[in-house]
Amino acid sequence: MVPLSWYMVLSMIVFSIGVFGFLSRRNIILMFMSIELMLNAVNINLIALSHYLQDMRGQILAFFVIAVAAAEAAIGLAIVIALFRNKATAHVDEMKEMQG
Amino acid sequence: MELQFYHILIPFLPLAGFIINILLGKEVTRYKAHWPAVLFVAGSWVCSLFALRDVMAGKIVNADLYSWIVSGTFKVSVGFLIDPLTAVMLIVVTTCATLIHIYAIGYMHGDTGYYRFFAYMNLFTFCMLMLVTGNNFLQLYFGWEGVGLCSYFLIGYYFDKKSAADAGKKAFIVNRFGDFGFGLGVFMIFLTFGTLHYTDVFSNVSLMVGQRVNFLGWNADLPTLIALLLFCGAIGKSAQIPLHVWLPDAMEGPTPVSALIHAATMVTAGVFLVARCSPIFNLSEVAMNVVAVIGALTMFFAATIAVVQNDIKRIIAYSTCSHLGYMFLACGVGAYAAGIFHLYTHAFFKALLFLSAGSVIHAVHTNNIQEMGGLKKYMPITYAVFVIGALSAGGFPGLSGFFSKDEIIWSAYAAHTPVGTFVWILALAGAFFTPFYTFRLIFLTFHGKNRGVHHEEHGHGSHHGEHHFHESPKVMTIPLMLLAVGAVAAGWIGIPPILGGGAHFAEFLKPVVGHPEFHGTHAEEWGVMGLSTTLALIGLGLAAFLYLRTTDLPVRIGKAFKGLYTILYNKYYIDELYNYTIIRPTMWFANHVLVAITDAKIIEGIVNGVPGAIGRFSQSLRKIQTGLVEHYGIFMAAGAVFIIALALLLR
Repeated sequence: MVPLSWYMVLSMIVFSIGVFGFLSRRNIILMFMSIELMLNAVNINLIALSHYLQDMRGQILAFFVIAVAAAEAAIGLAIVIALFRNKATAHVDEMKEMQG
Repeated sequence: MELQFYHILIPFLPLAGFIINILLGKEVTRYKAHWPAVLFVAGSWVCSLFALRDVMAGKIVNADLYSWIVSGTFKVSVGFLIDPLTAVMLIVVTTCATLIHIYAIGYMHGDTGYYRFFAYMNLFTFCMLMLVTGNNFLQLYFGWEGVGLCSYFLIGYYFDKKSAADAGKKAFIVNRFGDFGFGLGVFMIFLTFGTLHYTDVFSNVSLMVGQRVNFLGWNADLPTLIALLLFCGAIGKSAQIPLHVWLPDAMEGPTPVSALIHAATMVTAGVFLVARCSPIFNLSEVAMNVVAVIGALTMFFAATIAVVQNDIKRIIAYSTCSHLGYMFLACGVGAYAAGIFHLYTHAFFKALLFLSAGSVIHAVHTNNIQEMGGLKKYMPITYAVFVIGALSAGGFPGLSGFFSKDEIIWSAYAAHTPVGTFVWILALAGAFFTPFYTFRLIFLTFHGKNRGVHHEEHGHGSHHGEHHFHESPKVMTIPLMLLAVGAVAAGWIGIPPILGGGAHFAEFLKPVVGHPEFHGTHAEEWGVMGLSTTLALIGLGLAAFLYLRTTDLPVRIGKAFKGLYTILYNKYYIDELYNYTIIRPTMWFANHVLVAITDAKIIEGIVNGVPGAIGRFSQSLRKIQTGLVEHYGIFMAAGAVFIIALALLLR
């Protein structure tokens, strides 16, 4: 039986990779993937604790997260495509029209 | 007696007329606006007759209709007190209002604001009736301000004319000064008695004898203070010195308005107030003397101004001022019944004079009596009723004005106090001036040759031009004739015992205002009466001599006493005095302090400074917004770390 702490450590590692990737990468697709990593780290955590506490609510919440992540990916990728068509690049350093 | 349905209808019928005309006037009633207006006011008159019948049968109504304001111990209701005093006012107000509404059908015919005129006239009647029927000071105050508002609307009725709009503003602002004092008086009554209902106040009025109160650092006698504060309101509304300046300017309004509001009813509200509060005034000799002296001075000064004016309506307006002075004079010597009696007769003969003047103006289209003359043969009815009104106003024996004026002069004489004697002498002077200036007006308007200039401009000779004058339509002359009957006969109910009458009027009012004690013999009474009548005849004779026989003499007298003439012609320079002492400094203060400093620096400073500061702050804050996603990402991560660290540390 794998103890709970291992799951938590795994979740933490995956989340940290996500955060690092989001902050260090400049390619918008890679940043997207980093966000997905963070969301999945949260899912691991939720399900592990759900099993540990014998409470189904964590798993239900994980489904919600998956649904939201799917919707977010669909919209996000559509935005990325629109951006790419306009700017011919996926590099976020070159997008600063919103500068105040 | 219980409150009857027709008591409630008295004020609320005109209100219904107002609502109908103000809502539907523009689209529906239009040039038929007089139908609801006249019918509702006439209905109110009928109800007033029922109310008078009840009061004469000794049944006095004092009932609350509706609980208006309840706040802690402060309770005010909309209620009715219909006692002899109110009954007299009801008859005066509704009779004059009905006749003047009918007259206005002819006078205002074809005016673009026809429905607006009748709507405001109805609203005025409602407010005036609320004022006289109220059973508490707040309802009185409501009516008081309501009639002031309607007066403003109707003076400025021709609002596209600057002088009319200015006159309306002047009337409203001058009245503010008086009403401020009146308001304070009502507050003082509430502070002293804890209630505003007449019966509760007047039955406990003896409690305040000898009480003193600190008012603006002045250790004042309480009854004197309250009486004088209330009298402030009366001074403003009834155009007494020093707040009389608005009334002559108020003549910018249409003539029916002058007749109803600025002669017969609204301006007499001050006299009604003093009579209604007679239990309070009786407690203070100082206040009574102030009332008598201010009344007498106004009476005298207004009469002297009227002698040299040339505007037909302004002469009658000064005459109104002067007669209101008579009423206050009577109240001031304790003869409230005589004051109210004069109010009652004055309403008829002064409304008659105004409406006849309106009839003249309707025909000749000018207000300047120097451009009139010789109208007698063109307007026989107007001429006849004008003479009746003038004789009544001048106090010629047998007519209404004689009985009431004589009653006042006799009361002043019989008071046998220094103040009484002083006001008696001024009252006698007034008895001379009134017929003098009214008959000067008549002789210049109706007698002699026509001096009109504008008719010769038609290019076909003056004798042709004169044929343009014509008598007013029946809808105007019939109310005139009815008012003339009132001007002759209304006073017959108050004939003093010495002339074989029963002084029914004074007896009728005795339960409300009491009766002063006179110390005089019959011989003295005959003497006083003879003296005032002789003076009136001298006034008439002098006017006839100066303006019928030797028509060039008045001009020469004017030249000989140029200084006096100029002072009188310019109304003692009161307007100029106020202009320099009050209006100019106020305007200077407004322009140089309020506009230049308070408004431009302080208010604008705050209003523009706050958004300016926010703008400058955001200018520096916007540098954070780089538009680069990774920067936002770092902020979010740093924020998350910061919050988690905070949560861990504070656990």
